[in-house]
Amino acid sequence: MSESVHTVMAQPTARQPGCPFDPPAELLEAHRHGPISRYTHLGGKPGWLITGYDMVRSVLADSRFSSRKELLNVGDFEVPPAPPGEFLLMDEPQHGRYRKPLVGKFTVRRMRLLTERIEQITAECLDAMEKAGPPADLVTSFAKPIPTIVICELLGVPYEDRGSFQEQIDTFMGGETSDEELIAAYTATQEYLAELVAAKRANPTDDVLSELTDSDLTDEELKGISLILLAAGFDTTANMLSLGTFALLQNPAQLAALRADPALTDGAVEELLRYLSVAKTFMRTALVDVELGGQTIEAGTTVVLSYHTANRDPERFADPHVLDLRRPYDGHLAFSHGIHQCLGQQLARVEMRVAFRALVDRFPTLRLAVPAEDVLLRPETADIYGVKSLPVTWDQVTS
Amino acid sequence: MRTPRLRVDRERCISAGMCALTAPAVFDQDADDGRVLLLHAEPPTAHRAAAQMAAGVCPSGAITLHGPEASGS
Repeated sequence: MSESVHTVMAQPTARQPGCPFDPPAELLEAHRHGPISRYTHLGGKPGWLITGYDMVRSVLADSRFSSRKELLNVGDFEVPPAPPGEFLLMDEPQHGRYRKPLVGKFTVRRMRLLTERIEQITAECLDAMEKAGPPADLVTSFAKPIPTIVICELLGVPYEDRGSFQEQIDTFMGGETSDEELIAAYTATQEYLAELVAAKRANPTDDVLSELTDSDLTDEELKGISLILLAAGFDTTANMLSLGTFALLQNPAQLAALRADPALTDGAVEELLRYLSVAKTFMRTALVDVELGGQTIEAGTTVVLSYHTANRDPERFADPHVLDLRRPYDGHLAFSHGIHQCLGQQLARVEMRVAFRALVDRFPTLRLAVPAEDVLLRPETADIYGVKSLPVTWDQVTS
Repeated sequence: MRTPRLRVDRERCISAGMCALTAPAVFDQDADDGRVLLLHAEPPTAHRAAAQMAAGVCPSGAITLHGPEASGS
């Protein structure tokens, strides 16, 4: 045990060149000193950074740590509470009030029933890609449209609205826009969703949002819920699909194994989730003084939980920095843990299983169309990590 | 020889579905609220490892495994 605690100054801004899949070097270095480090938030307030798998998991299961947005203590400014319906940043009982009417709509069984439709959507994307011929940007032709179409159909966003909707979400999830653009995109999305909720209430259709209008949730709350479901429903999966393909292409032996053995698909998805952890960090604020790893987290202090570093914890995973699609599944934190664990994880799993499988089957010669170091990555400031575009090519089969 | 006994706490359950995913022969989810349904409190040997894993990955700690002689927790 080291005498002094390691200190990390604010969030690293970039990954190590040449290591696009690994957490930033500063976080891995912090973890070498122990599962918990002192940390300075971007806004200047002192906090803690937790990188150990067991410790992250225990904080997520501990109701002494709050998810409430207004308690975030990261700088000298007031943080407003989460808007109605955005239950990700709430504690019980508010969180449960929103989550409960939703959970039955995202069960393992209900999501499996979508398999066939997701296969269809995927095949259509791959058909279009094949028809247009190489090269292609895998993000726009594959990774984004599949989850976008799926979540829009599930929720009930009309087909013709999907394009503009995706653009707005891209703007506020990309991590690189000015405040003005961010606010404009957010406002436009809010307005759109308000209209959509009103339309579903007036004319219910066969989708989740229409089903939800038959509850005690207000239009304002439904708007917030829809925003969470849409944003979480495709930005995460889209980035897993594109970054996951990049990772497979950079690990040819693993890709070959996956291509040769369809039985590897489910395990491959879990391993890619662990290895990439695109939803990389979340925060919690201590409600009371909490002893953690020999340190006292004072009440009111915000801790950063590094899921991506925890998912590379050598005490939990053998050879953690190796992508091993045959690694036996034994849990990971890619979907978080505790009462806030991802509501849509079973949907994401079905989407990834279908999409990765179909992609490797369809294009046996798929490869990067640019050198790996030229693939543009999202900045660390983006909530969800990934690539901005993934230029790929393949050998066309002449018939 | 001794069969461990599973218990589920439906009040703690958050309907994540991890049990139905990892040990579908032992657990299911209620069709309405997604909460855990215990199909076999004493799973046959073939499903015991999966059931144990389900208890381990459950995000809300709603699944517990008890020794055959355990009387309380």
